[in-house]
Amino acid sequence: MSEKTSIPTKAQLVVIGAGPGGYHAAFKAAALGLDVTIIDPEANPGGVCLHRGCIPSKALLHVAKVVNEAAESAEIGLTFTKPKIDVDRVREWKNEVVGKLTGGLGAKVKQQKLTYVRGLATFKNNSTLEVTADDGTTGEMTFEQAILATGSRPSMLPGVKTSGRIMNSTGALDLEDVPRTLLVIGGGYIGLELGSAYAAMGSKVSVVEMTGGLLPGCDRDLVSVLKRRLDKQFASIQLNTRVAELKEQKNGVMVSLEDKKGETTKQRFDKVLISIGRKPNTENLGLGNTAIVVNDRGFVEVDGQRRTAEKNIFAIGDIAGDPMLAHKAYGEADVAAEVAAGRKAIYEPRAIPAVVFTDPEIAWCGLTETEAKDQKIKVKTAKLPWRGNGRTLTLGREDGMTKLIVDPETDRLLGMAVAGPGAGELIAEGVLAMEMAVVAEDLRKTIHPHPTLSETIYDAAGSLFKA
Amino acid sequence: MAQDILVPEVSDGVTEGTVISLAVAVGDRVEADQTLLEMETDKAVVAIPCPFEGTITEIMVAEGDTVQIGQAIMKGESGGAAAAPAKEEKKKPEETPPPAEPEPSEPEPALPPAPAAAPTPPASDAPVDKALDLTPVRTGEQVAPAAPSVRRLARDLGVDIYQVQGTGPAGRISENDVRTFVKVTMQRITGGGPAPAATGEFPGLHAQRPLPDFSKWGPVSQEKLSKVRDITADAMSYAWSTIPMVTQYDKADISELEAFRREFNLKAAPEDKLTMTAILIKVCAAALKAFPQFNSSLDLAHKELVLKHYVHIGVAVDTPGGLLVPVIRDADQKGIEQLAVELNETAAKTRERRISPADMEGGTFTISNLGGIGGTAFTPIVYAPQVAILGVSRSATEPVWNGQEFAPRNMMPLSLTYDHRVIDGADGARFLRWICEAIRKPIHLVMKG
Repeated sequence: MSEKTSIPTKAQLVVIGAGPGGYHAAFKAAALGLDVTIIDPEANPGGVCLHRGCIPSKALLHVAKVVNEAAESAEIGLTFTKPKIDVDRVREWKNEVVGKLTGGLGAKVKQQKLTYVRGLATFKNNSTLEVTADDGTTGEMTFEQAILATGSRPSMLPGVKTSGRIMNSTGALDLEDVPRTLLVIGGGYIGLELGSAYAAMGSKVSVVEMTGGLLPGCDRDLVSVLKRRLDKQFASIQLNTRVAELKEQKNGVMVSLEDKKGETTKQRFDKVLISIGRKPNTENLGLGNTAIVVNDRGFVEVDGQRRTAEKNIFAIGDIAGDPMLAHKAYGEADVAAEVAAGRKAIYEPRAIPAVVFTDPEIAWCGLTETEAKDQKIKVKTAKLPWRGNGRTLTLGREDGMTKLIVDPETDRLLGMAVAGPGAGELIAEGVLAMEMAVVAEDLRKTIHPHPTLSETIYDAAGSLFKA
Repeated sequence: MAQDILVPEVSDGVTEGTVISLAVAVGDRVEADQTLLEMETDKAVVAIPCPFEGTITEIMVAEGDTVQIGQAIMKGESGGAAAAPAKEEKKKPEETPPPAEPEPSEPEPALPPAPAAAPTPPASDAPVDKALDLTPVRTGEQVAPAAPSVRRLARDLGVDIYQVQGTGPAGRISENDVRTFVKVTMQRITGGGPAPAATGEFPGLHAQRPLPDFSKWGPVSQEKLSKVRDITADAMSYAWSTIPMVTQYDKADISELEAFRREFNLKAAPEDKLTMTAILIKVCAAALKAFPQFNSSLDLAHKELVLKHYVHIGVAVDTPGGLLVPVIRDADQKGIEQLAVELNETAAKTRERRISPADMEGGTFTISNLGGIGGTAFTPIVYAPQVAILGVSRSATEPVWNGQEFAPRNMMPLSLTYDHRVIDGADGARFLRWICEAIRKPIHLVMKG
């Protein structure tokens, strides 16, 4: 390092954390005319999403998709030899993707004349930060407004530390190697996505989930579409099962699993992936030196404009509450930046899409059937299996389902869910429909392109009518 | 049978009030119509009666709480058996949670207002600069059925979108629905006249300029405006800034009339005492019949003069809580004796603030008599949407030239302020002269009235 980082002493708006929430807020605020400083420990913006989350996992899932499609092509008359997986090249390619995206953001920071400080920040009070740059330089920075966007990190089992054999999502995405056997602890979206990727690359993957089903919170009919396929890809899926003990040994990890009846079985795996959820990063920020309130789950309490108890400090993204998703952070970033710039914005999404990038993908937005049942909300549903959809069959698939959840009296769309290849792309239509407060009639009167998977939405809407 | 007790409609245009006293406690036996609590509204203190005979089981409000019309304030068991008080019932939050922004006070003043239009959704009066009201923020399926662009438009216009009635499929709110809502609300506030210059002011008033920091020059303290003061300030500002007014002065010779009044009062019971104001009500009522344009209101939106075929005269009454103007109805059809009795009773009720809001509505002309205090003349402010007001100052014996010599006469100074858009100067002078002549020789009342 040739020169010391110069830490500005003043900032009009300081953004702490340069993940999707942070960088989006920073660019938006700069576009609205504010003088913006970003503080983040990485060399370039991107946060978990770009460096060790959404983007690298999707790169690995693309590898999985190619592998699986090649294998399944025998069915339609195409036979490939068994693929040889060059793990080093896969890792390098994944890193190239990450590098391109984060580098692009870094260039945009310079081009838009934002100040980027690589380092960490803690609050001294509601208008001063103590900044420690990664080269050890420290300095105080006063600010008019701040946006906190420090994100989240993987939760760990109590008393367990990551190591060469025990990984969290970060370790799994580093793709050190493809272990012969892998135990995924936690049947949520992260575990299933990474488990799928490793399974396609050749690992024998087992999944254990504490609750009675995969993807807790997701409607069971969608999960069952996915589970039918995962049952073939994974060596085992054990539900209602708890990890009693993890013991690292020379040649693997000995795991004690306890089922619902309390019976314990021992099994050895080459590696273990712990994906049991994520925790907001609200510690070590000096929040105690401000009036900012952190609730018992570690989330910062914010109002409808994402302001914390300190009116000049906003909190967005994973630290501001569930769902911990990059696109929710984008939405909050927009609001916080606009409000910081004096605009009358409010964070009031009607729907936040959730996507599980497994094969098949699962995506939903708005009300789920499970929620409707729990909250005793009367709904009418239209469920359209993809078996009759032309595009599905031409893709060599038969699985898939599109579901619409509407108000039984007005036919207003309350929620939409899709399971099947490309569900993540299809759900965007549902989110737009929700925001526009459409009714089923709007969907069935909207001409959808043929032959595409999107026709399942059109057909599902049509099925709500007798004629 | 358990039932909720709701705040009933008390008067047109009254949407909320402040609980000033509770008259019952949990477990009390109450009779139908027994007063449960007293509530101060924009216009008066109103007693809220119990709708049934029974027992009070829960009280959900406390003194000082603001309650909305229709809000549940207590629970009770009707019928004979006293019920166990306060069962496992979720206590309601003190404020009802309508998503609305704080209920704006009606732009109509405390003084006799024009009959309010059919109830329309209350308007937002949140000034632009004030922090955005976040109470209506919702997410998920609770969000109003409107596109994000429409929600933003509503926010920019200061409209609470949850009050907008959508006209689209299943009540979807369009941009046009928001604009219509704003239009209807503005028409209601301004009576169709020109809109107030901008938001950021209280209704009808030009924006207040920033105040200096008075404490720089010495100690200060703040006192919250009473409802009456708040509304008086608004009404006066509105009148002052929208009505071009002229005040016409004259003097009435009350020598004979005053002699008669004193003589009459020697024999009258205290509640029958004849006051000069009572006589003036009769004289003004007759004058208003003779000059109907003084008994009108101006409707600029429709380019019409609204002539009233009734004569209801407001009388300004000085009360400890501020100026209130009860209305004496159909003054043209009542004799002076009756008017005197009615006025005495009404004034006493007003001072004790037992007057109902309805008793202060519908006036067509106002009399403000400061004669009891003193002064030689003043310029009363027309009380919109009326078009004229008569001010009365203290009478005094003055030398008056009777053609041959100066004679001592008891002269009462009168100040007539009128809306110059409706009334020309010559008519103003004629009207006041007519009153003076009628006072000097009351035979005119019979001749002309």
